[in-house]
Amino acid sequence: MQVPAPFDYARASSVDEAIALLERLGPEARLVAGGHSLLPMMKLRLATPEHLIDINPLESELNYIREEGGLVRIGALTRHRDVLASEVLARHYPIVREAEELIADPPVRNRGTVGGALCQADPSEDLSAVFAALGAVTVIRGSGGERVVTMEDFHEGPYETAVGDAEMLVEVRVPIREHGGSAYEKVKRRTGDWATAASGVALWLDGANVGAAGIALSAVNPTGIRSTRAEQALIGRPPSEEAFAEAAALAAEDCNPATDQRGPADYKRHLAQELTHRALRRAAERALAS
Amino acid sequence: MAGTTERPTGFGRLKRKEDPRFIRGQGHYVDDVTLPGMLHGAVLRSPLAHARITSIDTSAAQQHPKVRAVITGKDLEAQGLAWMPTLSADTQAVLATDKVRFQGQEVAFVIADDEYAARDALELIDVDYEPLPVVVDPRTALDAGAPVIRDDKDGKSDNHIFDWEAGSEEECDRVFEDADVTLVTQEIPFQRVHPAPLETCGAVADYDAVTGKLRLWCTTQAPHAHRTLYALVAGLPEHKIQVIAPDIGGGFGNKVPIYPGYVCAIVGSIVTGKPVKWMEDRTENLTSTGFARDYLMRGRIAADRDGKIRALRVDVLADHGAFNATAQPSKYPAGFFHIFTGSYDLEAAYCTVKGVYTNKAPGGVAYRCSFRVTEAAYLVERMVDLLADELEIDPVELRMKNFIKKEQFPYTTRTGWVYDSGDYAATMNEALRIAGYDELRKEQAEKRARGEYMGIGCSFFTETVGAGPKKDMDIAGLGMADGAELRVHPTGKAVLRISVKTQGQGHETTFAQIVAEELGIPPEDVEVVHGDTDQTPFGLGTYGSRSTPVSGAATAMVSRKIRDKARLIASAALEVSPDDLEWERGRWFVKGDPEKGQTIQEAAFAAHGTLTLPEGVEGHLDAEAVYDPPNLTYPCGAYICVVDVDPGTGEVKIRRFIAVDDCGVRINPMIVEGQVHGGLAEGVGIALMQHIAFDDQGNCLSGSFMDYLVPSSMEVPDWELGETVTPSPHHPIGAKGVGESSNVGSPPAVVNAVVDALEPFGVRHVDMPVTPARVWEAIQHGTTRPPQ
Amino acid sequence: MQITITVNGEPRTAEAEPRTLLVHFLRDNLGMKGTHWGCDTSNCGACVVLVDGEPVKSCTMLAAMAEGHEVRTVEGLERDGHLDPVQQGFMEEHGLQCGFCTPGMMLTARALLDSNPNPTDDEIRVAISGQICRCTGYKNIIKSVRWAAEHGEEVTA
Repeated sequence: MQVPAPFDYARASSVDEAIALLERLGPEARLVAGGHSLLPMMKLRLATPEHLIDINPLESELNYIREEGGLVRIGALTRHRDVLASEVLARHYPIVREAEELIADPPVRNRGTVGGALCQADPSEDLSAVFAALGAVTVIRGSGGERVVTMEDFHEGPYETAVGDAEMLVEVRVPIREHGGSAYEKVKRRTGDWATAASGVALWLDGANVGAAGIALSAVNPTGIRSTRAEQALIGRPPSEEAFAEAAALAAEDCNPATDQRGPADYKRHLAQELTHRALRRAAERALAS
Repeated sequence: MAGTTERPTGFGRLKRKEDPRFIRGQGHYVDDVTLPGMLHGAVLRSPLAHARITSIDTSAAQQHPKVRAVITGKDLEAQGLAWMPTLSADTQAVLATDKVRFQGQEVAFVIADDEYAARDALELIDVDYEPLPVVVDPRTALDAGAPVIRDDKDGKSDNHIFDWEAGSEEECDRVFEDADVTLVTQEIPFQRVHPAPLETCGAVADYDAVTGKLRLWCTTQAPHAHRTLYALVAGLPEHKIQVIAPDIGGGFGNKVPIYPGYVCAIVGSIVTGKPVKWMEDRTENLTSTGFARDYLMRGRIAADRDGKIRALRVDVLADHGAFNATAQPSKYPAGFFHIFTGSYDLEAAYCTVKGVYTNKAPGGVAYRCSFRVTEAAYLVERMVDLLADELEIDPVELRMKNFIKKEQFPYTTRTGWVYDSGDYAATMNEALRIAGYDELRKEQAEKRARGEYMGIGCSFFTETVGAGPKKDMDIAGLGMADGAELRVHPTGKAVLRISVKTQGQGHETTFAQIVAEELGIPPEDVEVVHGDTDQTPFGLGTYGSRSTPVSGAATAMVSRKIRDKARLIASAALEVSPDDLEWERGRWFVKGDPEKGQTIQEAAFAAHGTLTLPEGVEGHLDAEAVYDPPNLTYPCGAYICVVDVDPGTGEVKIRRFIAVDDCGVRINPMIVEGQVHGGLAEGVGIALMQHIAFDDQGNCLSGSFMDYLVPSSMEVPDWELGETVTPSPHHPIGAKGVGESSNVGSPPAVVNAVVDALEPFGVRHVDMPVTPARVWEAIQHGTTRPPQ
Repeated sequence: MQITITVNGEPRTAEAEPRTLLVHFLRDNLGMKGTHWGCDTSNCGACVVLVDGEPVKSCTMLAAMAEGHEVRTVEGLERDGHLDPVQQGFMEEHGLQCGFCTPGMMLTARALLDSNPNPTDDEIRVAISGQICRCTGYKNIIKSVRWAAEHGEEVTA
């Protein structure tokens, strides 16, 4: 079996200690939480950190889903299974459970964390699209304090985020807004596979019209996950098949998929359109029913 | 009612004897073998598909504090072990000396104190490669100017391996000339796939320099064949080689060949004087050990306007990779592909197969099928559906019209097979009944009217299993007959020793049941010993569904010898003539005086006791048999697959799958059904997702389970099974073998169902694997793009 | 480093490199060979054990990360000489063939039944969807778990 190269191991017992360790050990140190992105990379020896800082002991500090102050706050060490099971998230944002049901598989979800998923920044990862569509922000902490970064700015490119060498993601904040609906659509080749293409959509109604919209795609763009032109095409119009079709077409136009084992680029571009359209339909139904 | 609670004394639903250890985590697999002082090996593999090795520097690895030895091709060359023979009379590099010929090829072997250190040391070996042009597409392998992959072979100037044919081209041409309808298919690939058993391949070699004895624990489906081949290759005396196949975590043909890693472990043990374990990782398994299929097929079919099929012709281009390591009987370089005539009564048939080398991993194993039968069944069942479409005849009706009829058996096909028995119409009808075929067609019509795309696919296959008669078949010169030894101890408990090796098929249970059925003793009184060459008689191993047809027959025959001997003992004990004795299950009794008799157990004690035995009868109740099958057996089946296709995404959902198998007499129906379930899942996986793919530089794109997709519980339906029973007339218990049938029959049923669903889009064919992307493309273009 | 993990209720300590994967710690350091492995990429689930009662792929967890946690393996399913109903179910319904995926499958089934004593077939399918079986086509695994759900009390009684 493939095994990681040697490293030094340290456990952090608090966020501050984790940050202090990162500062002390330098750029060859990596945090590990669920480990389901990092450890496979280490087994392939694509990642060979000299120091691994285990932040699982921070579970009591960073595993939470709390509704407060017009926000749902999700701790970075919240496991996928907790996100999937959360009634608070399911009530406010159906997109979250729909996406989570399609992320990896149950044992992986028992370990993998929200923070790990976002910080890996795989272009085919799902939660980045979900949170981008919902207009969430991330909270990044370093020794100098915390800063708040939007999902668009957080996600700097494939496997690159706004989190600095001696910083860590500690929280995701999702705004609670009324008259909204959301949905996630994903095509994959097999259970547990990464997305061939996926689309996350959220809509908020202002009277009879769409007041705000979030559309974010996964696996069809190396960088940039939100489709702002598609969002704009919906705003100020009543939710309708025409509007959805137009927005979906723009989302497809604006994406830049690559041909690979999951399918040719034209197929993925088609999926961007098809899945966005389907998600918009379902999100609108939910918004109208809310 | 399929209850498992009753305790059958012979055939029937007996719970498995092997389960109590497995459910306690007490299975004993190769990687569980731990010996005192054991070292661990790891293989350095080529990153390139074709390159000349200019230098290998192992000095840094040698200096690693935990490394005990580093072995390269040069070291093996000095011992004459750098190359080994394959099962197809070719040679394969154990460790590369001159060139690497596929990505993942074995280059060096590190032996260290533990596996982690061995893998660390691989990174310290420095190999200089001079890249060479690659041959990836077999269609270009024979082009003038194509790089010659096997320049190690004297005088080799191209990449040609063999040309082979079966049937009569002349007769075929004649029928094609006067047929009403002739149809030529596009090139139909059966993609390269890999059996991917859950346990990877590995070995523990323990060579004792004092006694000269080599013990090898190995993931092998054919321990005896391996022993003999090691003796022939390495020059080790065969009586000093003990091959032990402990519990095996699935094989499916992947564990038939000898792999370089096994040889390296043996050499490593000889060099270090310690036991050496080598277990490949999943990437090594998928990229270097026996692949399957990889046939490019073009078919032609001749028929009358009313749907009578008259002739079939197929031309195949076979990609064998860098070394021809295909596992099949020697006379058949394309295996049993000439069973492509399927289940149909034809006037003529002809096929050609051309094998070529490419810069890909070697293999060509019979992945859960008899040799190349899956390719053949897929092609003929696709062709029949294409003809049905052309003639606008229901595909089931077309099959019914052309089936070999019950009364035609034994039936000699146009390519020379003698099918033993079958009632194809009855088997098909049972599948139609379970499926509710007419209702399904009605439902489909209603759905189509609503713009929903449901497909119904049918396939009917005949397999040729149980290789095989010694007069026709050998592997590496070894005839394919199997031995069996049975000893009945004084208290009537028996030990059966067999040469075949279960990888999950439940031999410890079913072989005990054969003895129980024949002798009328409880199956729990029969211990089945297998998987250790020092403990068992010779035989060729478990693959090609040959365990029951060959070793099962040997077991029945050896049991009958015991029964016959028990008759003589009973006659002495009861003081009557053997002719006056009659057999009932478990007991000889005196004709006309049923109270007077002797059970097998009593005969066993008497045979070991003080009874004076008749002249010429030796003591004890033991026997041996070697079974040379007079013919192969021919299981068949009718499969119906129901799919729903989402045309917007190309996703295929298998809603129902009905499988009616006729494997002759069923020894343990519970195990038979389990075998069918497993084969169906693998067939569905092959149809929908499994594919070992390469880029144009020969890099394998399917080197892990992230990219080589096998089905999970979510992609398979709740299998619906049925059965018909047509015993094999020549097999002592009428059984035919079943472990692989469903993997043979299911891929065409799935593809036929998808094509049926897409009929409104004008789609006539979709290549496997039928991924969402391919389905979408088929809808866009009316068919799939030319294969990559 | 010295690592102490509670395995099947017993604290077990061994010296191991920090990079030691939990599956190797169990198999090689503790000699408990019932937990298997079948891939390198967290896909196959042959290595599933329960960590604090939840199925986890032990090939993708460092042994060090399990320190202070409760690990349950196949060796801990049978208790006081009584088979777990899940073990009995796999025998009753022919839920295993080669036996290689079986320990992981049974542990996942145990965790499922602990949280959902009467699961539907679809819930069972989802629960085992991260674990590959190459032999059974899954049908009899699902039946085995259902058998355990239906007979749990009588077996443990």
